[in-house]
Amino acid sequence: MPNLGIEVLFKGTNMARLLGGLWVSLRISLIAVGFSVLLGIPLGIIMTAKSKVIKAFTRLYLEVVRVMPQMVLLFIVFFGTTRIFGWNLNAELASVIVFTFWGTAEMADLVRGAFISIPKHQYESAKALGMNSLHVFLFVILPQTIRRLLPLSINLVTRMIKTTSLVMMIGVVEVLKVGQQIIEANRTSSPNAAFGVYGTVFLLYFIGCWPISMLSKYLEKKWSNT
Amino acid sequence: MSIIEIKNVTKTFDEKKSNIHALSDISLSVEEGEIFGVIGLSGAGKSTLVRCMNLLEKPTAGEVWVDGKNLITLSSKDLRLMRREIGMIFQHFNLLMQRNVLDNVCFPMEIAGVKKREARERAMNYLRIVGLEEKAKAYPVQLSGGQKQRVAIARTLASNPRIILCDEATSALDPQTTGTILSLLKKINQEYGITIVVITHEMRVVEEICDRVAVLDKGTLAEIGKVREVFDHPKSNAAKSLLLERKIEQLGVNTADGI
Ligand SMILES: Nc1ncnc2c1ncn2[C@@H]1O[C@H](COP(=O)(O)OP(=O)(O)OP(=O)(O)O)[C@@H](O)[C@H]1O
Ligand SMILES: [Mg+2]
Repeated sequence: MPNLGIEVLFKGTNMARLLGGLWVSLRISLIAVGFSVLLGIPLGIIMTAKSKVIKAFTRLYLEVVRVMPQMVLLFIVFFGTTRIFGWNLNAELASVIVFTFWGTAEMADLVRGAFISIPKHQYESAKALGMNSLHVFLFVILPQTIRRLLPLSINLVTRMIKTTSLVMMIGVVEVLKVGQQIIEANRTSSPNAAFGVYGTVFLLYFIGCWPISMLSKYLEKKWSNT
Repeated sequence: MSIIEIKNVTKTFDEKKSNIHALSDISLSVEEGEIFGVIGLSGAGKSTLVRCMNLLEKPTAGEVWVDGKNLITLSSKDLRLMRREIGMIFQHFNLLMQRNVLDNVCFPMEIAGVKKREARERAMNYLRIVGLEEKAKAYPVQLSGGQKQRVAIARTLASNPRIILCDEATSALDPQTTGTILSLLKKINQEYGITIVVITHEMRVVEEICDRVAVLDKGTLAEIGKVREVFDHPKSNAAKSLLLERKIEQLGVNTADGI
């Protein structure tokens, strides 16, 4: 049987370091997801406004985020702004900023989409039952919006967790970076470590994202026939 | 006595390129206790007219009187109270998918401040009227189109309306189900004295349940009168062409049966 290079993980504190790295990834993505949801929901509601100015600005923001690779955004925020403004931005904070910038745009677009997908007759039949606007929103529109929104936003969360692997490019020591370090340090003693270590990193991502992704599939299916 | 009076109502939608005159100077009244039909080609303004009757659409000019009150001058709170007297059912049943049948019927009552127990008892009673008491715990996805429309009718009945407006309430249903919904509406009209206004593009609906009918043509009132008179001796071109279509349809059905 070929040497899979898994044994390095059990040397010293390697496994703990790897898990520590995973925690860094998760921390960045969870904080960014939190902010993205908090900022994205009101922004999404604002985006449903009819004003042309609001539409133009939000459209521009969304396009910038969509077109720009996240890595470029990371470089701009981390290297670019630190040079220009001379501040000392910690890499993890820079990552949170970039991911929030991205996540907010995506979240807002999901929220906007969910709201405008509610047909006009839903508002009307609720009004015809004698409800005021707040009741219509809280009891009729919001529950339907959430049902449409939840699977999609869970999907966004998994995409954000995955993409955090980019933050090692600006020096954040997250799970992939820790993996690299372990491989480098054991280059001579276990030349096959790359397989075992990256395989483990893959498993860790899988364990992190798969349940979330299953949850979103489940919700989508459960609510699809409504 | 007239329960609904539409006086010189005009409704214009301002669109980018041109203004759409959905209704031009329409006056008509609906008598208490009757079933009143509104027919016309697509785009004639039927929905707009009926939506003016509970002010989902605010007329550009004119007055809407319901039960002796001018809706246009009501405060938004009074308008909401008034809307409980004017039920409305739609082609899309608009039930809340995450709530079961009973809760769908209870829900507007609870918002209106009826106690939970009382709301449930009343809801069960309305479900009995529409013949769905055994489906009280079912969810809307488990119901057929006709059953969903019955739930919507029960929900409307729950606010004790004096009028029910139906905008193409049977258009999404097959002919047989349409028949059962129509007899339900007729029953509600006769047993509870609720005035009913039905918009439809199906002449059959008018023939089966309406007392009087108004024919709209491009936003104007082409003709109004007893169903038998309008159907037997149509005066306006709009009515004539609608009835001709109906004749052709019937002929088609008959020959199909013959073969
Ligand atoms: N909210 C709106 N904004 C702009 N135009 C509208 C609006 N609602 C209706 N209209 C226009 O007003 C006219 C009358 O529409 P309405 O829906 O009342 O017709 P209808 O007789 O109910 O037709 P259908 O049988 O297709 O339902 C149409 O030309 C329609 O395009
Ligand atoms: Mg219509």
